[in-house]
Amino acid sequence: MSWETVIGLEVHVQINSKTKAFCGCSTTFGADPNTQTCPVCLGMPGQLPVLNTEAARKSALTGLAINGQINLESKFDRKNYFYPDLPKGYQITQFPVPIVEFGHLDIPVPDGIKRIGITRIHMEEDAGKSMHEGLDGVSHIDLNRSGVPLMEIVSEPDMRCADEAVAYLKQLHQLVRFLNVSGADMEKGQFRCDANVSVRRFGEPLGTRAELKNLNSFRFIKQAIEYEVARQIELIEDGGEVVQETRLYDSVKGESRSMRSKEEAHDYRYFPEPDLPPLRISQQELDAIRAGMPELPGALRARFETEFGLSSYDADVLTQTRELAVWYESLVAAHPADPKRCANWMANELLGRLKESGLNISSSPVSALRLAGLLDRIADNTISGKIAKDVLDAMMASGDHADAIIESKGLKQVSDSGAIDDMIVKVMADNPQQLEQFRAGKDKLMGFFVGQVMKASKGQANPAMVNQRLNKLLKG
Amino acid sequence: MPFSTLSELKTRLDAGDISAVELARQYLERAEKHNPALNAFVHLDAKYVLAQAEASDAYRAAHGARTLEGLPIAIKDIFCTQDGPTQCCSNILKGFHAPYDAHVITRLKEAGAVLFGKTNMDEFAMGSSNETSAFGPCRNPWNSDCIPGGSSGGSAAAVAAALVPAALGTDTGGSIRQPAALTGITGMKPTYGRVSRRGIIAFASSLDQAGPMTRSVRDAAMIGEAIAGHDAGDSTSVADAPEMNWLAACDRVDMQGLKIGKPKEYFIDGMDAGVREAVDAALAACEKLGAEIVDISLPNTQYAVAAYYVIAPSEASANLSRYDGVRFGHRCENPDDLLDMYTRSRDEGFGSEVKRRILTGNFALSSGYYDAYYKKAQQVRTLIRQDFLNAFEKVDVIATPTSPVPAFKIGEKTDDPLTMYLADIFTIALNLAGLPGLSQPCGAVHGLPVGLQWIAPAWREDMLLGAAAAYESATDWSTKVPQGFGGET
Repeated sequence: MSWETVIGLEVHVQINSKTKAFCGCSTTFGADPNTQTCPVCLGMPGQLPVLNTEAARKSALTGLAINGQINLESKFDRKNYFYPDLPKGYQITQFPVPIVEFGHLDIPVPDGIKRIGITRIHMEEDAGKSMHEGLDGVSHIDLNRSGVPLMEIVSEPDMRCADEAVAYLKQLHQLVRFLNVSGADMEKGQFRCDANVSVRRFGEPLGTRAELKNLNSFRFIKQAIEYEVARQIELIEDGGEVVQETRLYDSVKGESRSMRSKEEAHDYRYFPEPDLPPLRISQQELDAIRAGMPELPGALRARFETEFGLSSYDADVLTQTRELAVWYESLVAAHPADPKRCANWMANELLGRLKESGLNISSSPVSALRLAGLLDRIADNTISGKIAKDVLDAMMASGDHADAIIESKGLKQVSDSGAIDDMIVKVMADNPQQLEQFRAGKDKLMGFFVGQVMKASKGQANPAMVNQRLNKLLKG
Repeated sequence: MPFSTLSELKTRLDAGDISAVELARQYLERAEKHNPALNAFVHLDAKYVLAQAEASDAYRAAHGARTLEGLPIAIKDIFCTQDGPTQCCSNILKGFHAPYDAHVITRLKEAGAVLFGKTNMDEFAMGSSNETSAFGPCRNPWNSDCIPGGSSGGSAAAVAAALVPAALGTDTGGSIRQPAALTGITGMKPTYGRVSRRGIIAFASSLDQAGPMTRSVRDAAMIGEAIAGHDAGDSTSVADAPEMNWLAACDRVDMQGLKIGKPKEYFIDGMDAGVREAVDAALAACEKLGAEIVDISLPNTQYAVAAYYVIAPSEASANLSRYDGVRFGHRCENPDDLLDMYTRSRDEGFGSEVKRRILTGNFALSSGYYDAYYKKAQQVRTLIRQDFLNAFEKVDVIATPTSPVPAFKIGEKTDDPLTMYLADIFTIALNLAGLPGLSQPCGAVHGLPVGLQWIAPAWREDMLLGAAAAYESATDWSTKVPQGFGGET
């Protein structure tokens, strides 16, 4: 019997605005507990919310990027529940009329592209953080996060396996960073995922779903979904029934446990937030937001492939973030002769070194202009590619120009045929046995002689010229 | 002197006949003498009052007088003030000190007013008699066996007995106008959005509005002018409200050309005959002043109370969730766990009327009931708003009784919440419609005051003030004072 998995995802994305959703408090991560609070986000008596319009603009921008419909008038609602880290006893959110509806995202799948529907994006405020660990039976509450603006992005149940779910999340993760609407740092809780998972036999109606919470890395998301699918199939095949419930995934144990059943589910008693008028965006404002939209990853990837002739792999690597793409284009602008060489050096050499040093492209000690300077020296045969790698190491360490390093270390490539000939003659004299064998027809020894000459030149000899002169001189 | 109006006192202060300190001292003495019998103030700090008065005198000497310079104004216990406790007359906020001033408090301070104590009220403004206060009932100066009305009962009683010349109240379904009517003073609820709600402890956010309680129409305008205006910190306070000259509106002495609507739904069976006579007489007086009385109908009036008692408790049920014992306010002793902390803290902290409304609101918002209650009530609200819009096509203002009955006895209706809710039957509709309203004294029944309510289109407080000022100048009901408070002539 074959089973089909059905997955829908709800992603909470923290909007990277300077201030909270409804008050002027800072959203900076990592401050001492409760230092970024005010009477509004503490839920003090008589305090009122005032909408952060930057958060609204960023939500609308995200909506445009997923080809969604932007509701020019959306509404805020109160979602009521009691928890100590929810100061007002209700969360301000958007229920019947969210800011964005009816969008989609195209994701790569093994046999091409698949379109995943996005039901809605609504704005809401985050709750604070409860801490129970190691406090001797007491709980502490940090309200720095209380009121931080979030977008909840809700997909249609369009994904059919964990890999598709992960592909969708990665695509979304890349998008929100591209749009600069979120830092989307998963370790800081800026990109949090809940998954609704059900299974059914092919052709049957949707099965009962379980909601998985607390999925905080792409790896755990895949594991959690696969665990859940296996659990549900086994349950049904053993004659049981899946119950609608919320389950918490434990990434350490690699299993999930029930958090609350449908019967225990909250009645959130949603109703319109009377403290906030409807959120209105004029067509003019929306047009301005659209005009400010950066080139999106998909379009950028395609352009890199066609305009610069990059492989799809390199195009993918260099469009992972907007910073990378911008950096690559500055590199090409400074070294227009060979965009592929630019891609190779940036993707393979520079990014590798940055990663080893715990840096990223924004903090790179080598600027695009300087990397171009290095590539120019390869292009004009001043140095070989091999030497260039050493030069790049030195540039990473000192931040100097390639030329200065080449000059000071005397790394200039030797292309003088006289000097190369001298070296070849010496190598021939030092290795009479190999010379004899070569001349007797052992062609394989060519590589040996090339190596010996390059070694003698400390790698600075022009390899093409070494080959050419050896061919001539070895044959006698 | 004690029964002077704010404007009279302002004249004397400006003329240098009396200082702010002397004025404050006189009212403090009156409050000390009479408050024990009335229980109008729940907090009054003489030193704090005198310090403000001294500062006011100093300001006047250095810079001249601001609009309310040196004038004592009492504050309903629902307004957050940085100084002194703000308890909303609830055990759940006993001992609470707000670290901020409500926007209107800031406005009063900027106008030079002297904040004169916190006044008694129904707990969280939920009540029409001031009997639900955690600090005990307040009494009506006209008859100490009677309630002063509510929820702003303490402000009403304090002004009626001249323990203070004016006070701030809030009005969610009549909480300024009904007690003003029952104690023989003037009370005005401005248009929703005219006055910032920031720092006013929320009862029902879409209905709450602060306003003045005073001894004259002009006094109401003085305070209205001081507290009105856009506040970027309250998203429901309106930024582009039409300009209005509050004081000039009170210069009206006749009613030539004024069309006054008399809605038949506000003159009903079951209302007190004396109240009806007093209001009819008031309308006759208006006719004499040149007004035309036009019979009108507000056909959906009968649904107002029901709609209100769905919407207001629904909003309140969420607004009061923050009183959970976690960050401030009452927390029970030694809770077993979180649920125990929530349930016992709230059970111990809230009084029975507040609990009744939280439960009502939660029920109305519950899944499966929302459409039948909350949504239906909002539809009724739209109809009621439309009723008024239709009426104002034909008339300039509407006049009605403020309350169907004069002040009733303490304890008389406490066991019958539904009858109690009908006390606001004539005041609720205009909160639902967001309209401005004003109650002024217009008669007496068995020695108890009767109130005349004026209703105007949105943003036309000047219409209310003009009609009320003209009526006030032609009659002497506003000058009547209760016995036993040193105002007998």
